Amino acid sequence: MAIKDLPVEECYIPGCAACPGCPATMALRVVYKALGRNTVKIIPACCTAVIESLHPHTSFDIPTMNIAFEAAAAGASGVEAGFRMQGKTDITVVAWAGDGGTYDIGIQALSGALERNTNFIYICYNNEIYSNTGIQRSGATPYGAWTTTTVTGKTEFRKEMGEIIQAHHIPYAAQTCIAYPEDLFKKLQKAKSIHGPKYVEIMAPCPPGWRFPMEKTVEMGTMAVETGAWALYEVENDKVTFNGRSKLILEGKIERKPIEDWIKYQGRFRHLFKPKKDIKRIKAIEDHIDQMWERYRKCYQ
Amino acid sequence: MSEVMIDTGNYIAAKAAVLCKPDVVAAYPITPQTTLVEGIAKYLATGEYKGEYICVESEHSAMAACIGASATGVRTFTGTSSHGLLLMHEMLHWASLARLPVIMCNINRVVGPGWNIWADENDSISQRDTGWIQFYCSSNQEIFDTVIQSFKLGEHEKISLPVMISYNAFILSHTSMPVYLTDQKDVDAFLPKRKPKWKLDPDNPITFGNIILPAEYEKVRFDMQKSHEYAKKLIPEISKEWKQRFGRYHGDLLEFYKCDGADYILLSMGAIGAESKVAVDNLRKEGLKVGLARVRCFRPFPREEIQKLSKKAGLIVIDRNISPGMEGALFTEVKASLYGYTDAKVYGFIAGLGGKDVPFGDIEKMCKKVVNSKAKHLEWFGLKGV
Repeated sequence: MAIKDLPVEECYIPGCAACPGCPATMALRVVYKALGRNTVKIIPACCTAVIESLHPHTSFDIPTMNIAFEAAAAGASGVEAGFRMQGKTDITVVAWAGDGGTYDIGIQALSGALERNTNFIYICYNNEIYSNTGIQRSGATPYGAWTTTTVTGKTEFRKEMGEIIQAHHIPYAAQTCIAYPEDLFKKLQKAKSIHGPKYVEIMAPCPPGWRFPMEKTVEMGTMAVETGAWALYEVENDKVTFNGRSKLILEGKIERKPIEDWIKYQGRFRHLFKPKKDIKRIKAIEDHIDQMWERYRKCYQ
Repeated sequence: MSEVMIDTGNYIAAKAAVLCKPDVVAAYPITPQTTLVEGIAKYLATGEYKGEYICVESEHSAMAACIGASATGVRTFTGTSSHGLLLMHEMLHWASLARLPVIMCNINRVVGPGWNIWADENDSISQRDTGWIQFYCSSNQEIFDTVIQSFKLGEHEKISLPVMISYNAFILSHTSMPVYLTDQKDVDAFLPKRKPKWKLDPDNPITFGNIILPAEYEKVRFDMQKSHEYAKKLIPEISKEWKQRFGRYHGDLLEFYKCDGADYILLSMGAIGAESKVAVDNLRKEGLKVGLARVRCFRPFPREEIQKLSKKAGLIVIDRNISPGMEGALFTEVKASLYGYTDAKVYGFIAGLGGKDVPFGDIEKMCKKVVNSKAKHLEWFGLKGV
């Protein structure tokens, strides 16, 4: 399928308050197209709580409830149960949270909802920072990246949320990226068709947070995948399938590009290149990605 | 004649909740609330409860799930205690500001450290400003009746607020008492179906809870205050209707006991409120003109009724809570209610913290201290070794 084959109807309507080049808005358009109007969305504190526009206006044409930062998955559990008790089992319940609300403060509620077999889709749009509060480090921030709370670069590697999710053995989990809307669309359509808990994580490069020009969002997403910093894959009942370029990298059919090709365009890594190149830290990032792919090959090939 | 059930406060609360047919219960266990949620699980197993029971992974999630379910327009119930209530704190605000009538029992228990599971009201008192309507019960019968009444109150179109029904750990939660039940058909007749003010509905796609500017937010708070004021009128109406239908009555916002001709009126809550009746009986026998106004509803606060009492008598307040750096919360609220209205004498006692027993004999001693002009403005009753 091509982008032109996506449904024409928009549930993401004019009036949003996002930054130019925002990956969350790109993803939301596709999410709504994939899930359709019979969808209810629960969003915790995150950029989307601003993007959705000021009361009494909204930029969403599907019912949306805001909830506290750590409570998206638990709130969605209640919404799902409430609809089920009314026989409205055809409504798709979606929790839509950032990486802070997923990797960090919301991980308990998320784990609980997955373990309880809640019939919903949890989507994490991962921009690797607390962007809404002004670019602070999260558990998803990569090693070496500048944030306002890691001024000389983060000294720890991000946690592997995909592997944490897989440990719950849910019917469907996937990683995708805003640079591949068809991949995102297909994965959400599949998630919608499956009963039980579904988890979809979207790599979402953030222009102000990562310090790159707003017109480069898609390119930054593509490069995240091509360098292997992010992998496209899906897990159906514990069976892992890599998709697109990530599949070729996994199978050794193409080499992943050097990480430098990606990070040198992001101001958040500027201190690794100026005033002089920090070879040690760049190598540490590269080695970490190699280790990740070795693990992927060992487990999933 | 109604059926009588002899059981503990928690099982009685579970029975009352199930009779109200909540569509969703989401709960997390904590001593001494556990037998309440076990009771509901038992009714789920027997088929008497036909709703959804979400066994969540924390109290924060319990309240979040109740909020989510309530937002779809259905009826919700939960229960907690002490640290569980404190973990819910953020979501308590969320429920009330979202105007979702979640009904919850809170079993008043000490807050740690050190770990202590006995009765103390600091847990719910510290949630005073969350916008929840707060009842304090003094018997298992009152728990049963108040739970059912609370659904009607919270879900009323002019209220749309969550309601917390508090009762003391073990003294009520784990003590068996005979309770007159109300039949299912009578509960159904008393309790109308919930008609939500707003709900999540794909046919009417609203966005709820997005960014709101100061002038609009201020109106949200004002509207909540108006509903609390309206609850002061509605609570007596519901109590009256309950009395007419089922012959049981526990007071309105206050329960008055032997207040006629009293020189002093005692104000207390919860289990101490029940013990206070025995104390008043004994004091009256001794010729001391003491009455009781048991505070049944702490939010909204019965300001006007307490003002009226102060015209006739001095007031004695017993608090099973402490706002450190000030005094007992009820003592503060009573005095604040009287400001500019009367200059009645008000005496305060802190008693029963940490689950310390407060028998009627102690309450009599507190009252006698006041009657005999030996009481200070505020006293920690029975405090030793400090």
